Amino acid sequence: MRSLTRFIFITLFGLLAFGCAFATESPRAIITAAILAKDQAHKLELIGSLVGESDEAIKPLLMAWKEDGLFVCKASDDAPPLPVILTGDKDANDAQAALRVDNGQPLLDAVGKPVRLVAGDLTSVEHDAELRHAMKNVLDLLDLATPDIIKRIQAIQAVGFSQDVEKIPALEKRLSLEKNSAARKSLLEALAVTRLKASDAEKLSAFNELKDLHSLSSYDLIRTAMREEEKAGKPELAEAGLHALKAIDLHKTKINVFGTLFRGLSLGSILLIVAIGLAITFGLMGVINMAHGEMIAVGAYTTYLVENIFGTGITIPFFGFSLPIPGIHATGWFYQTYFLVALPLSFLAAALVGIALERSIIRFLYRRPLESLLATWGVSLLLQQALKLMFGSNNVQVSSPIYLSGNWTIDDITFGWNRIFVIGFAGLIVFGVWLILTKTPLGLLIRSVMQNRNMASCMGVRTERVNMLTFGLGSGLAGLAGAFISQIGNVGPSLGQNYIVDCFMTVVVGGVGNLAGTIYSALGIGLVDQSLQQILLNPVLGKILVLVAIILFLQWKPSGLFVTRSRNLDD
Amino acid sequence: MSTLSTRHKVELIAASAIGLFFIVIFPLLNAHGMVSNFTINLWGKYLCYALLAISVDLLWGYTGLLSLGQALFFSFGGYMMGMYLMRMIGDLGQYHKPIPDFLVFLGWTELPKFWKPFASFPFAASMIFLLPGLLALVFGFLAFRSRIKGVYFSILTQALTYGASLMFFRNDMLMGGNNGFTDFKFILGHDLREASTQRGLFIVTAIVLLLVYASLRLLSHTKFGLVQRAIRDGENRVLFSGYATAHFKLFIFVVAALIASIGGALYVPQVGIINPSEMTPDKSLEAVVWCAVGGRGTLVGPIIGAISINSLKSWASRAAPDYWLVILGGLFVVVVLLLPGGIVSIPARLKSLWQRVTRQPSA
Repeated sequence: MRSLTRFIFITLFGLLAFGCAFATESPRAIITAAILAKDQAHKLELIGSLVGESDEAIKPLLMAWKEDGLFVCKASDDAPPLPVILTGDKDANDAQAALRVDNGQPLLDAVGKPVRLVAGDLTSVEHDAELRHAMKNVLDLLDLATPDIIKRIQAIQAVGFSQDVEKIPALEKRLSLEKNSAARKSLLEALAVTRLKASDAEKLSAFNELKDLHSLSSYDLIRTAMREEEKAGKPELAEAGLHALKAIDLHKTKINVFGTLFRGLSLGSILLIVAIGLAITFGLMGVINMAHGEMIAVGAYTTYLVENIFGTGITIPFFGFSLPIPGIHATGWFYQTYFLVALPLSFLAAALVGIALERSIIRFLYRRPLESLLATWGVSLLLQQALKLMFGSNNVQVSSPIYLSGNWTIDDITFGWNRIFVIGFAGLIVFGVWLILTKTPLGLLIRSVMQNRNMASCMGVRTERVNMLTFGLGSGLAGLAGAFISQIGNVGPSLGQNYIVDCFMTVVVGGVGNLAGTIYSALGIGLVDQSLQQILLNPVLGKILVLVAIILFLQWKPSGLFVTRSRNLDD
Repeated sequence: MSTLSTRHKVELIAASAIGLFFIVIFPLLNAHGMVSNFTINLWGKYLCYALLAISVDLLWGYTGLLSLGQALFFSFGGYMMGMYLMRMIGDLGQYHKPIPDFLVFLGWTELPKFWKPFASFPFAASMIFLLPGLLALVFGFLAFRSRIKGVYFSILTQALTYGASLMFFRNDMLMGGNNGFTDFKFILGHDLREASTQRGLFIVTAIVLLLVYASLRLLSHTKFGLVQRAIRDGENRVLFSGYATAHFKLFIFVVAALIASIGGALYVPQVGIINPSEMTPDKSLEAVVWCAVGGRGTLVGPIIGAISINSLKSWASRAAPDYWLVILGGLFVVVVLLLPGGIVSIPARLKSLWQRVTRQPSA
């Protein structure tokens, strides 16, 4: 008696839920109704009404239906049938947990215990070709509503490329619901591309729409469509297609030009960052520091060390000893700030190495520039080998903070955040150097010693000390560059070798002894390099041409862009 | 030069004696099994390096031009010789095709045009002179015309070398790309793996080195040699005395390029491989180290430097491979700081030290 009331209650409740669900048209309810409907046309209609919906439940249910995974069962003989899906692991009797299709809850028996059913005992819900086709339509367009925006756009493009006229209503429906502007644009493109297969009038408007949309992705489809129209002898349509292609070409050129400019600017900024230290040691002091590249490497490895200290710690083998450095196991936001700590430390580390180098070797060679070149090359070999022995000869991995990945897209032009970061960083460094050189007492001393060492010495400037500090400043800037490079490139013992030639080129082209020249030449070389790469589509050839161009440029201006005038014949 | 000073006589005798030893006695010892084939091959390599070092010294020690492009000319010569040797492999390569293996690998079925004439030795030999000479002429003309000197010259030659190595690393260059040329079989009909061929190459290298040494010694005694050193010591004064220094420098630059190129051409058949890593600016700097350690501004210095440092390298890369670069770098710093005259200046230094020590008590 009690079980009967409960059963009636459940049934009533089920019916009620069923009714309610149908009223609000929850996708689960629609599928349940479609399964239970007797009439094929009604089934199709119900399934069709799911098109454009984005509920997560739809996909597994329809897939299960197609693959004979849905079953209709009755809790008792006279109860209304309920569609269920069997999930979970099979137990010893091959039984699985049954979930109700209409609400996703476990199917309960009369005493409220979850029912376990055996698939083989039940008959699966039937489906025929027509139904499967209808379901496929739903599934195809389901992705159009994926919550993940990148996947959604990919799905929209996939539908567009299939150029299936039957999908127009679905696309339109989705367009009416879509809020995201990028997805809306893809939808419009997909619609227009699909309509290239529709009637002539629609084709014409589709061509015009694509022209206005500058649809890059559908370039090839437009071209094929245009050729077809040409063959079919419809000149006005072919012309509309041609116009669309031309507009897209123009847009492409615009993207390339701005993209190249941007990449050139960021490459120039990298050059500037690595060369500005050299512009001080070589440009102002006249010391050929072939170990400049290793200063960069020192900075990069300092960043690597700091990152490891923030993480799990590191053990450094050094000439037979091993030096364990404990980590502080920082996580999350705090871990991400390691770079801010690494910046000043990299500067300091490289500056100290630089000062040691200046005190021990370079100060004896101020009057012999060629020999300072050779001695510092020896030092560069020593440092490289020391780094190799300490950190191994393979590249080490420095994870870059999350805020450096990602990009901005404005009108199809991609601005990577790391590139924007490069440009900003270069600007900051230049500003900092300018501040130091023009607004601090040290800067005043540096400038006076560089202009006329003897006179400055007579005025009581301790030129030895200024030399040391200037060299330290230049080396420290190289260290900063290293910290920065560790974020965008590989860190290895021979890291510096990749930059040294570029550094010298930048300073020489800019004009030795002139910081402004270095800025212009770095940006100029960056832009020329990227433009040549864009034109030649070959990075190595581009690089070689840049070197040739620099040699020819020095024919025209042997002392670089900006000449520091002097009456001394031998300067 | 009609009357030779005693010093020159001593030098002449010493040079002839050493030359005789290397050209006649050393190979004879090898032929009778008293010097191993490995040793003679190794020394052949050293002598090629000595040619490279002399070319650096001719520019740096005698004219004050520190060129970091000598490794480029060295490997240019090597590549020209390598092309000839590649053609001599014939169809004995891995793929048994009449064209070099790497071309087969790149999908070529026929020889590219510029490869064709290299089957002839006279052509390849003339290219060993022509191509590096031409490159040196053009680059030197451009550089000296706009009065690029000192450090700028070094940096520009470094850039030239760097650019060239980038170019040779590419496969599209059809010069073997990364791997360069190797697996040579024959030179002028002789099997390169035969000891007698290697001995012959060693003798040729020794003769060439002696000839280069002798002609540079003669050159340094002429007025030309005087102007050359004057340019090193005070270019502006020479210029104002009415000498077109650019022409002098250009001539020397081309001659130095040719010497390096010959060195490279002799180096390749003895070592059996040439690839773009020989061309990097680092290799040029290494040659500068030999020159500096041996003693720049002398003709013996670079030879001594090249041989001693490379012997050291052969030893160190076996005994302590990790520390070879440390030794090289440290040696360089020490020599530049403490021994600017290099090894050859040690006797003179010791002599003056001895004089100071012996004079001390009397004073």
